[in-house]
Amino acid sequence: MAPPRKRRPGFSRKAQLQIFTGYLLAFTGAFAGLLLLALSYFDPAAFSAVRSIAAEVAAPPARLLTGVRVSTQSSWREVSAYFEAGSKNARLEREVERNRVRLIEARALKQENRELRRLLGLIKQEGRPVATARLINSSASSSRRYATIDVGSRQGVQRSQPVRAQRGLIGRVLETGPNTARVLLLSDAENVVPVRRARDGVVAFSQGRGDGRVDIKLIDIGINPFKVGDVMVTSGNGGVYPPNVPVAIIERLTSDGAIGKLLANPAGTDFVIVQEMYEPELADPDTGTLPPVSVAPASTAPARRAEPAATPAPASEAPLPPGTAADTPRP
Amino acid sequence: MNAPYRARLNREPSSFRKAVVPIASVLLGSMTPLLPLVVSAPVLPPFGLMVLISWQILRPGLWPVWAGMPFGVFDDIVGGQPVGSAVLLWSVILIGIDLIDQRYIWRNYWQDWFIAAVSIIVALAGGLAINNFLVNDIRLSVLYPQMILAIFTFPLVLRLVARLDRVRLKR
Repeated sequence: MAPPRKRRPGFSRKAQLQIFTGYLLAFTGAFAGLLLLALSYFDPAAFSAVRSIAAEVAAPPARLLTGVRVSTQSSWREVSAYFEAGSKNARLEREVERNRVRLIEARALKQENRELRRLLGLIKQEGRPVATARLINSSASSSRRYATIDVGSRQGVQRSQPVRAQRGLIGRVLETGPNTARVLLLSDAENVVPVRRARDGVVAFSQGRGDGRVDIKLIDIGINPFKVGDVMVTSGNGGVYPPNVPVAIIERLTSDGAIGKLLANPAGTDFVIVQEMYEPELADPDTGTLPPVSVAPASTAPARRAEPAATPAPASEAPLPPGTAADTPRP
Repeated sequence: MNAPYRARLNREPSSFRKAVVPIASVLLGSMTPLLPLVVSAPVLPPFGLMVLISWQILRPGLWPVWAGMPFGVFDDIVGGQPVGSAVLLWSVILIGIDLIDQRYIWRNYWQDWFIAAVSIIVALAGGLAINNFLVNDIRLSVLYPQMILAIFTFPLVLRLVARLDRVRLKR
């Protein structure tokens, strides 16, 4: 298209000055951008107030639309469930029967597990849930990976609390507004999480790649012990993230670690849970009060500890009375 | 008898609409990340920038050269980039397009598209470089889907902006 005529201002002093001022302002703008960037680097929370205002304003319609999105997905699921209702019902009933037995066994195992942990002096400090929330939007066009949840400081959400979904870790809270909070997702390049292999506890770091996957980086340099399909869970080192939350499953091996796929895909989760920040230091004073509680089952402990160490014990053996377990001769 | 026709003769487009439609369209484009879309990789094209470039290509001289600064501030606040990133990149892109406008006066559609594509790539790659300034390995491949999507939706955005231009100048 032909350029507008005002490019050639002729002899009009005013028009010439106007053009000159325009360029001056444009370069000043670019320079101001650099200054703002420097400010964002040295004080990342500098613009959080303005950001949270924008998020607060946008939250109600986004929440509404999220509700619509989720309800259309679930109603479609309900409709499609009708097509095989009869056979599914029969199958589910069989499954319920089987699961009922398993549930009883699992309860017994859980009890046993708790006793053993007490004996070891390990207190598993579960991050208590602070709030349940929905992911309402994310930074879909930026190469940073943030998401917004629809709870904020009014619901008790604070900075750097871990956020998890049912299937695994999502990230941690970065900024809070009154009713919204920004979550730094696991796949962000600046989110580093201490993890370990669920099977045997090989320690590593997970760092986001920006594309929904994470780099698993080994701490010990040596032979790469990972295999495709290994599950990584949080180790709880350094606090913030509670231990034993699933993080990623290994998808591909690299020269110094592996690439993992996130277990909890933020795009596929309806609800997330904001938990209290995990503080491992708090576990120590509690151990002092424990020995009185664990006096009674202490006699059966040596026999029991030997069994589950070798293999995950078959479920049928678990609910045996403690006396029989202690009486069996050991090799 | 002439009265109804006289009302339709010699009219000017509403000056309010003339000014507001372009600004509002760019701001709306910047607000697309607020949609309830949760993704684990950057895929959404930078619609704010694309609308801005479309107006600049359709109506050179509509924006003052410094327009990248205010629009960039808004885009940064809404979009999640560190504040200042779009201010810098959009200012540079608008200055660049202005220089091209002066030098290459008669361009065809493909050349315009090429200019827009280069601008989008500069904006996205620049945004990644700014984000990962402190991270030592920058993976450009993360951005390929977003770049391709943005470049191929640009003609649609251009069409939409042309429609909006008709609305803007409607008498």
